[in-house]
Amino acid sequence: MNMNAVLPQGSSKISAKALDVHYSEKQALFGVDLDIRAGEVTALIGPSGCGKSTFLRCINRMNDLVDGARVSGSLTLDGTDIYDRIIDVVQLRARVGMVFQKPNPFPKSIYDNVAYGPRIHGLAQDQAELDEIVMTSLEKAGLLNEVKDRLQESGTSLSGGQQQRLCIARAIAVEPEVILMDEPCSALDPIATAKVEELIDELRENFTIVIVTHSMQQAARVSQRTAFFHLGKLIEVGDTEQIFTNPQQPLTQGYITGRFG
Amino acid sequence: MTEMAQTTAATRTAETVASRLSRRYAAERRFRALGLGSILLSVGFLALLLGSIIDKGWTGFLQTQIAIEIAFDPQVIDPDGSRDPVTLDTADYAALVRNGLVARLAPEADRATRRDLSALVSTMAANQLRHMVTNDPSLIGTRATLWLLASDKLDMVVKGQVPRQLGADGNSLNDRQLGWLGELEQAGQTRKTFNATFFISGDSRAPEQAGIWGAVVGSFFSLAITLLVSFPLGVATAVYLEEFAPSNRWTNLIEVNINNLAAVPSVVFGLLGLAVFLNVFHMPRSAPLVGGLVLALICLPTIIIAGRAALKAVPPSIRQAAAGLGASPLQIVAHHVLPLAMPGMLTGTILGMARALGETAPLLMIGMVAFIVDIPKSPLDPSAVLPVQIYLWAGSTERAFVEKTSAAIIVLLLFLVSMNMVAIVLRKKFERRW
Amino acid sequence: MQTLTLAAILLLLSSFAFRLGRKRAFAVSAHEPRSLHSLPGYYGSWVALWCGLPAFAVLVAWLVLEPTVVRELVISDLPAAMQALPSDNIDVLINEVRNAAQGHATTNPDLAAAADHYTHLRQIGFAAVAVVSVAIALAGAAFAYRRIEPALRARPRVEASINVFLVASSTVAIFTTIGIVLSLLFESLRFFHMVNFFDFLFGLSWSPQMATRSDQVGSSGAFGMIPLFTGTMLISLISMVVALPLGLFSAIYMSEYAQPRIRAVAKPALEILAGIPTVVFGFFAVITVAPLIRTAGAMFGLSVASESALAAGFVMGITLIPLISSLSDDVITAVPQSLREGAFGLGATRSETIRQVVLPAALPGIVGGVLLAVSRAIGETMIVVMAAGLSAKLTFNPLEAVTTVTVQIVTLLVGDTEFDSPKTLAAFALGLMLFAITLGLNVVALHIVQKYREKYD
Repeated sequence: MNMNAVLPQGSSKISAKALDVHYSEKQALFGVDLDIRAGEVTALIGPSGCGKSTFLRCINRMNDLVDGARVSGSLTLDGTDIYDRIIDVVQLRARVGMVFQKPNPFPKSIYDNVAYGPRIHGLAQDQAELDEIVMTSLEKAGLLNEVKDRLQESGTSLSGGQQQRLCIARAIAVEPEVILMDEPCSALDPIATAKVEELIDELRENFTIVIVTHSMQQAARVSQRTAFFHLGKLIEVGDTEQIFTNPQQPLTQGYITGRFG
Repeated sequence: MTEMAQTTAATRTAETVASRLSRRYAAERRFRALGLGSILLSVGFLALLLGSIIDKGWTGFLQTQIAIEIAFDPQVIDPDGSRDPVTLDTADYAALVRNGLVARLAPEADRATRRDLSALVSTMAANQLRHMVTNDPSLIGTRATLWLLASDKLDMVVKGQVPRQLGADGNSLNDRQLGWLGELEQAGQTRKTFNATFFISGDSRAPEQAGIWGAVVGSFFSLAITLLVSFPLGVATAVYLEEFAPSNRWTNLIEVNINNLAAVPSVVFGLLGLAVFLNVFHMPRSAPLVGGLVLALICLPTIIIAGRAALKAVPPSIRQAAAGLGASPLQIVAHHVLPLAMPGMLTGTILGMARALGETAPLLMIGMVAFIVDIPKSPLDPSAVLPVQIYLWAGSTERAFVEKTSAAIIVLLLFLVSMNMVAIVLRKKFERRW
Repeated sequence: MQTLTLAAILLLLSSFAFRLGRKRAFAVSAHEPRSLHSLPGYYGSWVALWCGLPAFAVLVAWLVLEPTVVRELVISDLPAAMQALPSDNIDVLINEVRNAAQGHATTNPDLAAAADHYTHLRQIGFAAVAVVSVAIALAGAAFAYRRIEPALRARPRVEASINVFLVASSTVAIFTTIGIVLSLLFESLRFFHMVNFFDFLFGLSWSPQMATRSDQVGSSGAFGMIPLFTGTMLISLISMVVALPLGLFSAIYMSEYAQPRIRAVAKPALEILAGIPTVVFGFFAVITVAPLIRTAGAMFGLSVASESALAAGFVMGITLIPLISSLSDDVITAVPQSLREGAFGLGATRSETIRQVVLPAALPGIVGGVLLAVSRAIGETMIVVMAAGLSAKLTFNPLEAVTTVTVQIVTLLVGDTEFDSPKTLAAFALGLMLFAITLGLNVVALHIVQKYREKYD
């Protein structure tokens, strides 16, 4: 199983071909073909209900939790089909982490929040190593300075922006290959948003990032590539600059110039 | 460089995760099995409970009878030939039964044998003969083969509720009696028929003559009182708290009060009933009236809470629509909100009634544990109720009362099941999605 | 019976009054109902209220006062010797008079005369009340009828009286609580006049039967509730050991794992379990579970009492499974889905998510539920009355027979109750303790659950 191929930046990390998703009777995605490149930030944009979150949740199979969700077509991670029987969902999610729309720290201490992933996956041999992982993750998430004196306080006592960065630290503590972000800033104020965006940019060095956002400015600021979804179909994908300056499709044009959305 | 480092970190993650996976899934399966096991065990307890009750109780709906040829001997019934009703009424019919048994089974019987013979048949048999003769004196001097009610001891052996072996646990027949039983069975002179006595009689010291009708009537009177008192009060309280009450300290106090009353042990309500209804108001002891009042107080919080939930479920848009047409607050409630909430309130009330039907402890406090043979005619007559009857029989030593208790439980559970069915149907039928 | 007939007559009069009032409203409006202040029906209701309410008030007042009034009149008519008796003996006499009046013969001619007097008084009283209440009903109706005019604000008046009824209904709950507290307190205080409060609270021996003779009243140790308390705790503990794991794991399985098919079977089964009266469980404990435990104990060479704490506690545990399970189910489903997603997103398995994220988050709610269950176990009566013993032994051995607070309350009050012996009054003191403990547990539990709900709303 070629799980850990050393991929050069820009080669395809995740690849969807003719991906359909149904929720019970309703079809949510129609034949999506999309390549997501390693080491880049890919932004998924589009009006609400366009299927961008559905696509995101296919990548780490969070849709498994929804009753009646069916996925067909192919979706590969490093060439292996994510929905193949040999793929274990626990293992997959350890490789593909996720940050959610609303910050959802566990009602545990800040330390335990970050240590949760390494603990369940047994990534640390001893306490010292676990401490190390937690500290590094908090540092990478740019939170260490703000919380280092109160690691035993509850994660829910932090402010919204801090909570979301805590969730990011929690995700990167597992050392995944890909991080999925589902509108990570929609519940945050502008200052907290700026911090998280800055963080995303830094994380790009180490992780492949897919971010769903409803803010085109955010997509333009943080992503290298942008994919535009509309009514469950992928309309256009390309370099972010190209999408925002010279969209090929009239629908894309209409959306980014604000005629609908 | 960072990229290489990251790749190795990710590789390490993937490998570590993979190596621990089977262990984690084993834990997952164990946890799941624990959950499923708990459910199965709980359902198993229910099955064991129902199974053991039904196993012990279903034969209670049958009774054993034995066929004996009875000679209506004028010498025993009416030696003077006067046919005086008093003479007929007070004659020694038990002797007729005994003589019939002697003639059939042991013509040479001595005194002890006769006693053993008499123990085969219920004392009800003599009453049966008395009834026949007083209704139709022309029977005197004739002979007839009659099906007589067997005694509880014989009944238990015939039904297989106690082992047939001599001296087995619960079997109090001696070898002679067991022999006679075999003889009668061989000759086809025993039968099991539907036990109507159980459904139409009141309590009795003799298990084969005991019935639940008195308790059923008592339960009916009690529940009627409970319903009459608690339903209007409960609905009125729910309506007031949900629709009219200003939110202030007083209503807050009422709410806290109701929630706490819902959790007060029922035996404490029994103490209240004893101290207030019996000692202060001098109401009659053992009467369904008092039982019904106590049960009403117990039910009240349930009905109020269910009623408020039903009122809450009515969307505010309906109230606004009615108010917009100029309806007064009371009209809004009476014409629109209450009819829509009524199914929910009724469901809650039926469930409350079902709970009241099974309630026992508070009724013991107000004296509903007396041994009462008569069927109550009004809520003021002393009476038992079904669960109390079950409690009384459960405490009796005769083996046959185990069967009667179980049979009474089956009847009680059937009542409860049908009440719950009504509640479920009601809920289904009027379930409304706004 | 008579009373019911009278009530029916009054109701009938009221409904006539309603029709008359409505008709009258039509008439005064000159068959132009729009000129009326309220709908004609409200005028009818207003007249009906005037007709029925005062009359019923008279009737109810009589029903409440009758026993006392008649009693006093009968006593005042008894021979002087009898009147001089202490009040308890007079109670006995009056009971005999009542019985005699109901047709049971009495040997005492004075009492027979009193019984006649009693019957006579009641008949006169009833006749008077019947006449008075019907007269008041008619007068009320006439009064209201004559005041009907288009400008009469009938609807607000009718609504005001309905409002009074609603408010009065809502106070019944308060009066119930006050009634409970007062009756328990009153009788308990009488008890504590005879038995020292601290002897009761901390005494190590309980044997109320010894205190029937007056010279033994208050003799130290006879009314110590500690053995009852430990017995109650022992049985509650056993029941929680059974109910907590089974109920909690059932709830977890049902809310997080179960296929709809399993849920469709298990949920109603648990509801049935919850709906079975406790007297049935008591019988089950005596007839099925206790012999099973005895047999099992014998296999290991243990001698188990026929009324062991284990059997009672075990069966009580079964009855508590549905309570724990449904309360836990509520709090587990209240844990936000986002927390589960957070754990799943990190690659946690389902059981890891439940054990490490869902359960810790639900813990306060579960604790609240457990406290409610404990309070239920402490107050549970029938199972222990039937399956636990009467011997107040100070033991923690689950194989022995113990007794509980509720068992003693029932035992002390069933049978002949005389309200001047500490034996009877002790039941109320125990009831007071029971009420205080369960109330405390409930208040704490409801508070915890409330706070938990607020957290995730």
